[in-house]
Amino acid sequence: MAEVLVYVDHVDGAVRKPTLELLTLARRIGDPVAVHLGPNAEEAAKVLAEHGAVKVLAADAPEFAEYLVAPKVDALQAAYDAVSPAAVLLPSSAEGKEIGARLAVRIGSGIITDAVDLESGDEGPVATQSVFAASYTTKSRVSKGTPVITVKPNSAAPEAAPAAGTVEQLAVTVADSSKGTKVVSRTPRESTGRPELTEAAIVVSGGRGVNGAENFPVIEALADSLGAAVGASRAAVDAGWYPHTNQVGQTGKSVSPQLYIAAGISGAIQHRAGMQTSKTIVAINKDAEAPIFDLVDYGVVGDLFDVVPALTDEVKTRKG
Amino acid sequence: MSLRIVVCVKYVPDATGDRHFAEDLTVDRDDVDGLLSELDEYAVEQALQIKEAADDAEITVLTVGPEDANDALRKALSMGADKAVHVEDDDLHGTDALGTSLVLAKAIEKTGYDLVVCGMASTDGTMGVLPALLAERLNVPQVTQLSEVSVADGKVTGRRDGDTASEQLEAALPAVVSVTDQSGEARYPSFKGIMAAKKKPVESLDLDDLGIDADEVGLEGAWTKVEDAAERPARTAGTIVKDEGEGGKQLAEFLAGQKFI
Ligand SMILES: Cc1cc2nc3c(=O)[nH]c(=O)nc-3n(C[C@H](O)[C@H](O)[C@H](O)COP(=O)(O)OP(=O)(O)OC[C@H]3O[C@@H](n4cnc5c(N)ncnc54)[C@H](O)[C@@H]3O)c2cc1C
Ligand SMILES: Cc1cc2nc3c(=O)[nH]c(=O)nc-3n(C[C@H](O)[C@H](O)[C@H](O)COP(=O)(O)OP(=O)(O)OC[C@H]3O[C@@H](n4cnc5c(N)ncnc54)[C@H](O)[C@@H]3O)c2cc1C
Repeated sequence: MAEVLVYVDHVDGAVRKPTLELLTLARRIGDPVAVHLGPNAEEAAKVLAEHGAVKVLAADAPEFAEYLVAPKVDALQAAYDAVSPAAVLLPSSAEGKEIGARLAVRIGSGIITDAVDLESGDEGPVATQSVFAASYTTKSRVSKGTPVITVKPNSAAPEAAPAAGTVEQLAVTVADSSKGTKVVSRTPRESTGRPELTEAAIVVSGGRGVNGAENFPVIEALADSLGAAVGASRAAVDAGWYPHTNQVGQTGKSVSPQLYIAAGISGAIQHRAGMQTSKTIVAINKDAEAPIFDLVDYGVVGDLFDVVPALTDEVKTRKG
Repeated sequence: MSLRIVVCVKYVPDATGDRHFAEDLTVDRDDVDGLLSELDEYAVEQALQIKEAADDAEITVLTVGPEDANDALRKALSMGADKAVHVEDDDLHGTDALGTSLVLAKAIEKTGYDLVVCGMASTDGTMGVLPALLAERLNVPQVTQLSEVSVADGKVTGRRDGDTASEQLEAALPAVVSVTDQSGEARYPSFKGIMAAKKKPVESLDLDDLGIDADEVGLEGAWTKVEDAAERPARTAGTIVKDEGEGGKQLAEFLAGQKFI
């Protein structure tokens, strides 16, 4: 069977969930070959093998951390040359898209971004995209070259499929022209202990209705009772009530959890663009006319400061 | 020497309108008003600030799009850009990301540049790949997704706030930059700016001027093919209750029924 390159997103060898989803989708179109750039490939390989990677191509070079994006493109291109894959899959992060785009130019291929599903077709893999703030579903394919496709988190449930996952070293030469953008310093984000926003099964978001940073603990308490991630609208972020990394929407994170709870959020098109593919949508808003109610499976018209704490208590009681 | 800044601006259908696909599965531009992609206003704003901080700089705004895309250029000119380049050609209809990057790269090279400034993503295609594609094609550094940017001494520096870390970046010019909506509110055009924009030069270029073959762009030349576009069925109306003291409990009941608790 044809091989499919899967770009591994990891933090020091801890593979992130979207990569396991990519491996699951890759198996529909061929044999997944994972490309691990950076440290701790051996550790990552165990998880990658459990999820179907027949091989892990590994390379570590200081340039991956010292310069932005381009050295990783050199490495992925080396993997491409070594394997001649049927497709290249990457996660739809800002970096994943940029790496994919530059590789596409180098290998003369088309690129599809933000796929939410992938299936094999007569003329190559067919990608499903959810576009125009999820008001349309499109099906597309790459018609020139080897398909380069980036896939959104939560697009597939990771499946176990044990494979060899043999680690092979990949020889990479980083071109001088790839050392153009220096990473002068890097400040890692502090972990909140809550699930990663894009990967979470449940997301609880607060908007302008939360009315102040000092009130966000009301949202956090509900999130914690449900084991959920916390999101925020841009209005809440711009007001400085919550970090930008938690923004959901067109210019924030795009989420597609099993359950999305919006409290004090009106449902502007740019917010909807980031959450409309959620499986179940719930809103709490005191304005019965708020556009968010057009999307909901369940809505409560009411003051969030009454409804949210009551819900939190009820969740805690039921969970014992 | 003058700092030559090229800002790439896209003309897009208004996101608050009812957006549709045309029969050939390209964006239907007849049904909805078009405008300058809101995220490109941030790019124009940062270019203006870079110009204001420089001794001598000139801003050219560049678009690839149909005749109406001139509106996007006028908006950018009225914000304060100096001149505009409009690449317009019937053969461009249906061009995808790879094709657009080819056309933009040729137009940028023809115009001459030290710095290219883009938005983080368009508000229609929302791919967020054009800046990286341009850096690759122009063979210059990409300094992308910046929430803060400045240019001095032939170098561009900026902050990129990523998923797991915030990075401080630096590159020598020439370079391609993209800025996020965290970079700072875009200014409104003043009346004076709007009047002045009417007199600013807009250069029109076609594929011949750029030495690009028609079969490298458009629907036929595209590297990708849209096979189907279906309007998502409207969500079936959900249950809406009014909180009369029991709203939290009722919601918990619903969530339990769906097995979330
Ligand atoms: C280019 C661009 C990109 C954008 N990107 C994003 C993005 O990524 N994400 C995003 O979210 N927005 C984005 N926006 C902004 C978007 O247009 C809206 O302005 C924003 O989503 C509004 O946030 P909100 O719903 O919290 O605030 P509002 O629209 O002000 O709504 C607040 C809601 O809270 C309700 N409320 C108030 N008090 C209470 C209470 N006590 N109890 C219950 N309900 C209450 C009100 O009835 C109201 O419906 C973008 C805009 C542009 C132009
Ligand atoms: C819903 C939808 C989905 C699409 N999906 C794909 C796909 O998967 N693959 C594909 O190859 N094409 C796709 N396209 C086509 C693609 O959007 C266009 O070819 C496009 O111009 C480049 O991508 P973008 O608009 O997403 O730009 P982005 O990469 O999101 O734009 C980033 C920045 O590049 C600059 N820029 C982008 N386009 C122009 C322009 N025409 N003129 C001047 N500056 C510009 C702007 O500064 C902009 O802020 C899609 C289009 C639509 C409407």
